[in-house]
Amino acid sequence: MSSKGVVVNQVFEGVKVADFSWVAVGPHIGRELAEHGATVVRVESHKRPDMLRTGPPFKGGITDVNHSAFGAAYNTCKYGISLDLNKPRSKEVAARLVKWADVITESMVPGTMAKWGLDYENCCKIKPDIVYLSTCQQGQYGPYAKLPGFGAFSALMGGYSFITGWPDRNPAVLWNNYTDFISCWYCAIAVIGALLHRKKTGKGTYIDLAQIEAGLTFLGPAALDYMASGRIPVRSGNHDTYMAPHNVYPSRGKDSWIAIAISSEEEWQSFCRVIGEPEWSKQGRFSTFITRKENEDELDGLIAGWTINYTAEQVMVMMQEKSVPAGMVEKGQDLFYDPQLKHREHLRFLQHTVIGRHAYNAPAYKLSKTPCYIWKAAPCLGEDNLYVYQDILGFSEDEISDLIVEGVITTEADVPESMKG
Amino acid sequence: MERVAEQDSLLQGYRVLDLTDEKGLLCGRILGDFGADVIKIESPGGDNARNNPPFYKDDPDSEKSMFWFYTNFNKKGMTLNIETEEGIEIFKKLVKRSHFVIESFEPGYMDSLGLSYKQLEEVNPGIIMTSITPFGQTGPYAHYKVTDLISQAMGGLVYILGDSDRPPTRISEPQAFFQGGLQGALGSMVAHYYRVMTGEGQHVDVSIQQAVVLTLMMEVEYWDILKFNYRGEGCGFVYSRPQGQLFHRRVFPCKDGYVYYMMGGGAQIGLIASSKAMVELANREGMALELKDYDWTKYDLMTADQKETDHMLDLVAEFLITKSKAELAAAAAANNIFLAPCYDMKDSGESSQLKARDFWVEAEHPDLGEAITYPGAAMKVSQCPWQVYRRAPLIGEHNEEIYIEELGFSREKLVMLKSKNVI
Repeated sequence: MSSKGVVVNQVFEGVKVADFSWVAVGPHIGRELAEHGATVVRVESHKRPDMLRTGPPFKGGITDVNHSAFGAAYNTCKYGISLDLNKPRSKEVAARLVKWADVITESMVPGTMAKWGLDYENCCKIKPDIVYLSTCQQGQYGPYAKLPGFGAFSALMGGYSFITGWPDRNPAVLWNNYTDFISCWYCAIAVIGALLHRKKTGKGTYIDLAQIEAGLTFLGPAALDYMASGRIPVRSGNHDTYMAPHNVYPSRGKDSWIAIAISSEEEWQSFCRVIGEPEWSKQGRFSTFITRKENEDELDGLIAGWTINYTAEQVMVMMQEKSVPAGMVEKGQDLFYDPQLKHREHLRFLQHTVIGRHAYNAPAYKLSKTPCYIWKAAPCLGEDNLYVYQDILGFSEDEISDLIVEGVITTEADVPESMKG
Repeated sequence: MERVAEQDSLLQGYRVLDLTDEKGLLCGRILGDFGADVIKIESPGGDNARNNPPFYKDDPDSEKSMFWFYTNFNKKGMTLNIETEEGIEIFKKLVKRSHFVIESFEPGYMDSLGLSYKQLEEVNPGIIMTSITPFGQTGPYAHYKVTDLISQAMGGLVYILGDSDRPPTRISEPQAFFQGGLQGALGSMVAHYYRVMTGEGQHVDVSIQQAVVLTLMMEVEYWDILKFNYRGEGCGFVYSRPQGQLFHRRVFPCKDGYVYYMMGGGAQIGLIASSKAMVELANREGMALELKDYDWTKYDLMTADQKETDHMLDLVAEFLITKSKAELAAAAAANNIFLAPCYDMKDSGESSQLKARDFWVEAEHPDLGEAITYPGAAMKVSQCPWQVYRRAPLIGEHNEEIYIEELGFSREKLVMLKSKNVI
């Protein structure tokens, strides 16, 4: 029996994580481990709530710290506690948590954990074999380590805005702070590796992940090209230097689009058959990749004239039946109806204490023997205080009351006025 | 190019057989970076991914694909035709001595060769088989064909990027397959942890589509809670408000490129000082003077007027265009302004921050007669620092090492296998 009251075959059963991180990258690490059986305690404070808790979408329009589905998104299967690390007495509480933990994750501005006495060196004194991961935009050291900013900055300084959008327009904003969602998976991989290293050698590990650096690893081939030839990668809309047609075309319906990419001569022939071999498709100016590329804008216009007559799904199915790479440009809504994602059980609906039943993403990989087990919606701020302080950290009821009175354990009364619903 | 100090690596002593194409190559690369002994198994004559651009000095030679260089860094290479009977037997011999098999063939292909997970498990119960495919092993789209663009589109990434008055756009460099590779490495590590604890291997089934969906930040939550689909808005953001939308521009041209600047105030308390500091900076040069005494506590994104917003940002833009990225970045750091330079690859290559952290590393390519500079570690790990073990393999570079030294094949047998197109 696990502490959750069910028998499950879980990979990280017994692994304990103290999650001092916030926003996106840090919290994802604990979530990944928790969904595979680790016990994860997320430490937060009502005095300075995670900025995701104060951002939309809010259930019922209630803008308090517990109604944001964004605030919940990366925190499934965790126990949530509230603790004001600026209070001197929090040191004793935090020390117990560190002693309990196998892994510590944090994503504060460099120096913050040291200010609280919770940097790697100090934690090692409490738990010499701790696995400790720090992640921030620029890394823990270097001239820009303490530059202010947030996720959007890593996508900019990681080079992604510059290569997203149109060559005749300004670089596009990456609304999703894209590099966050490269960094977090690397972090999880490193933590698992470090846990195994500790098992083998008895030694802990310190991991410093700079989100800009992790982001740049996904631009590797282009970086090599720059280093070897001096060529700077640019924005190219949806065109590709080595494929044509290669674009996003309008389809029937409001703001509805279909992506088509032809990577071989065989696919081009199949494509032409699907669209009924119109006269233009047989003309010399579209007969080879080279000529199609030379006449690409005209070609795109002709294709758009055909795709607009069908829904994106219809075009996708017609093309895929003939093995032509084509796919719907899926919107948020489409992800809820995509039969493949349904088949993969990608979205999991869990009952959150105040948001109610809502959707969470599942991992992109399925393990045949030890599937992920997503059993608990994200906690409200401090929701699991009693369980964690009493059952995990061994404080008595009286001690817990004292900690609340002293403001060490924060409550909703501590939320700044501007962040109250 | 000999392996150094591999005893210090996180995955020392673990072997990976990598059968993937462009869709899964990054997975083995990441395991190799952690010190695993990764063998890229190519079909005789070399893999198709060797034809992927860009090419070294634009020379389209199968030994000069920089896509190949990058995605097969820290791997060894051998050739083996797993579509022949002898090839299958040799592959199974290797599986017996290995810990991971990574593949990205169309679902069903490995099974058709008698190399499904179930069959490999019989050869080696501890084996972890990781399959990285566009949609996973089963389901209605399992056999759909994709390119990186199609995967970015079907994973929802395209819709949230680009300008709203044009078709939505992908990120112009390949990303979806790298996301699939990264998730493959993560799933493999979870399975590996379980194997170390129990001795049991398992099958890891990765969907590239899902890997892309996981990059959408809160797109799922937006639809779930608000029934709202976020659409790319070019160089800015759109705020949805009861009285109407507000387009809020964020990317601005400067003297030598672009910067991101976030103007704000009101409830976004943290931005009041930043907005004021930006105006003061411009005022010093005699610009944006009409904003000199502007009360930023009154400027709130939820109530701001579109015309007034555009006008104020135009004034700031007039100042930004007179300065360079470096000048503005330095001023932002000194005055706590929410501004960041929009880096291109040259900026990244010259970044003093990345230099201070030794991010860029050189790897010797003796066959090219020079070293090439690579992006280095995705993270710094104290116990087992990331290192360059070897550049990507040439076609069949480690055939002798593996066939002769390790498997004990005679040179005659090697020749025979070559003549039968097995290696």
